Amino acid sequence: MALTRTASRAGGLPGLAPRGLPRLLGPRDRGAAPAITGRELIDEVERSGLRGRGGGGFPTSLKLTAVADRRGRAVVVANGTEGEPASAKDATLLAHDPDLVIDGALAAAGAVGAREVIIAISRASTTAMARTTDAVRRRAPGALPVRLTVAGTPERFIVGEESALVHWLNGGPAKPTLTPPRPSERGVGGRPTLLQNVETLAHIGLIARHGADWFCRLGTDAEPGSMLVTVGGAVRDPGVHEIEIGTRIGDVLALSGGPVDGVAGVLVGGYFGTWLRTDDPLGVPFSAAGLRPVGGSVGAGTIVVLPRGTCGLKETARIARYLSGESAGQCGPCVFGLRALADAALALAGGRHAIEALREMRDLPREIEGRGACAHPDGAARLARSAVEAFPHEVQLHLQGRCSAPHGAPVVRVPASTGEWR
Amino acid sequence: MSAFGNEAVWYLMRGSGVVALLLLTGVMALGIATYGGVRLAGMPRFATVALHRSISMLSVVFVAVHVATAVLDPYAAVNLVNAVVPFTAAAQPLLVGLGALAVDLLIALMVTGLLRERIGRRTWRTVHWGAYAMWPAAFVHAIGIGSDASTLWGRALGVAAVAVIGGSVAWRLLLPPDSAPAPLTAR
Amino acid sequence: MTTHLRLDPIACDGHGNCHELLPELIGLDRWGYPVVDGRAAVPATLERDARRAVTMCPKLALALERRDPKGR
Repeated sequence: MALTRTASRAGGLPGLAPRGLPRLLGPRDRGAAPAITGRELIDEVERSGLRGRGGGGFPTSLKLTAVADRRGRAVVVANGTEGEPASAKDATLLAHDPDLVIDGALAAAGAVGAREVIIAISRASTTAMARTTDAVRRRAPGALPVRLTVAGTPERFIVGEESALVHWLNGGPAKPTLTPPRPSERGVGGRPTLLQNVETLAHIGLIARHGADWFCRLGTDAEPGSMLVTVGGAVRDPGVHEIEIGTRIGDVLALSGGPVDGVAGVLVGGYFGTWLRTDDPLGVPFSAAGLRPVGGSVGAGTIVVLPRGTCGLKETARIARYLSGESAGQCGPCVFGLRALADAALALAGGRHAIEALREMRDLPREIEGRGACAHPDGAARLARSAVEAFPHEVQLHLQGRCSAPHGAPVVRVPASTGEWR
Repeated sequence: MSAFGNEAVWYLMRGSGVVALLLLTGVMALGIATYGGVRLAGMPRFATVALHRSISMLSVVFVAVHVATAVLDPYAAVNLVNAVVPFTAAAQPLLVGLGALAVDLLIALMVTGLLRERIGRRTWRTVHWGAYAMWPAAFVHAIGIGSDASTLWGRALGVAAVAVIGGSVAWRLLLPPDSAPAPLTAR
Repeated sequence: MTTHLRLDPIACDGHGNCHELLPELIGLDRWGYPVVDGRAAVPATLERDARRAVTMCPKLALALERRDPKGR
């Protein structure tokens, strides 16, 4: 699914590469040594305003500083696990240019004083694993100041959660642990751990070569740079693209050939995200500032399009059931709350006991938010709430026992839970 | 020491030993009841854990008296080292040693129990599993070495203690596994 | 400096001893798990009961922590 079409805020024609793009998914001409290293790199990343691309959107320089300031040898973990089924950007990036990710990880390792870099990739992403393992092998071990390894993780929704990934790397199941202490304090092997999404590390690698000013030539003032997005659902050509932050969603979808049959709903941020609450999703700029007024956030850059003739509540119910099955099963409010949420979503989707089901979908999020060891219940809560707010017309129909698309085929891809934690 | 004094120490040693064993039997049953969220006699659930802790403190007192009198008693032929270092006694080293083992485990349980909030859940839990070794050690020590073990009431108490522990452990094994969370408050 | 309750939801098994000892601050959700508001400060009058709730948790899931005005 690797593609290199690009789009910019200026709304250029899809297929043309406007000034500066592509960066991550462009032709591979790596090899130049980084110009900026060590502590200076952290300052440069701070100047660039780079934020994490794994879904959290946390300022990267703060993470780098947090780990660099700790005593003891640090560890860098490149998070390419991509547990979100709606996202394919990490696998695409690693398959296309693993060397860029490795360069970024090595640059980050130098900045925080780490001697070990682990690239964590989902076992199911066979191409990404193969290409990355090859790239690692090609690096002469003696010439490297760090130990570079690749690890294949189980296919679970929450495997990419920071504490869960660290737990797995430490020999346990890929289940979250209680934080504090955060991985930056005590992570892999008890050492300060810098955990960054592989795309974030790729950007760091480029900033190390070209500097913060270059990075900021794209994007908005508040959210500079480019990012990878995964476009899925009812579009002509689903795929991964690199865009300038702030590009209108309509232009992003155009990179995938545009919607196949209209737009009944748009899911942004993956199954962990929200349905956009707007009548004109195509005009919404894809940035934190653009998405916030319509109830969305950038997350890991996924956009799923529902065509006309599908029921957003039915799709939500399928996702809710999947999220319930992907609970680590450690915290009561998550286990029971997500099960109840899925039941309510299914009942509402089926028009059975719709009034109670709707009340549950409004009440349950408040009851379970913030009460788990990780943000998994919060994500499901957020999705349920957004469905009720984004599809008010559909909700009205279902309260009357009707549905706008009683025979619509499912659109959102919901994988079967593998059941593995190791 | 006069003959009368010796006898008093001898009886105190035996008596405190019997009471200590009975109390430890109760403590272990209460510990299992705590784990299983049992409500005793309609009391709130926290009463179970509070009772478990109070009676364990009491049992430590009786064990201390039992050890002190055993060391003081000239016929018991046990010195302080024998009482805490297992299997070092000159007479009946195995049976006395089991008692010393139980004492060591009891000290570990008490110390980790008092420092529970400082040492962290995992350490506390690991040491607490030692309770399942402590009771059998204390019990075998009691029936093996105790002069009262051959009397009728001694045997009756022994059978009762085994029944209590056996029943509690069987009940615990039949509880749903930890991996299937279900709140105890729901019961 | 204020005192706050902190619940470890992974260790919590829903025994409910904390709710029995400190119903003013700890409620139970519809499934029977304790609901602890970590942001609210424990008033001085309830500090002793809060301490008891922490001690009486069989799973060591509850803790009391002191935070400075910045919330650390």
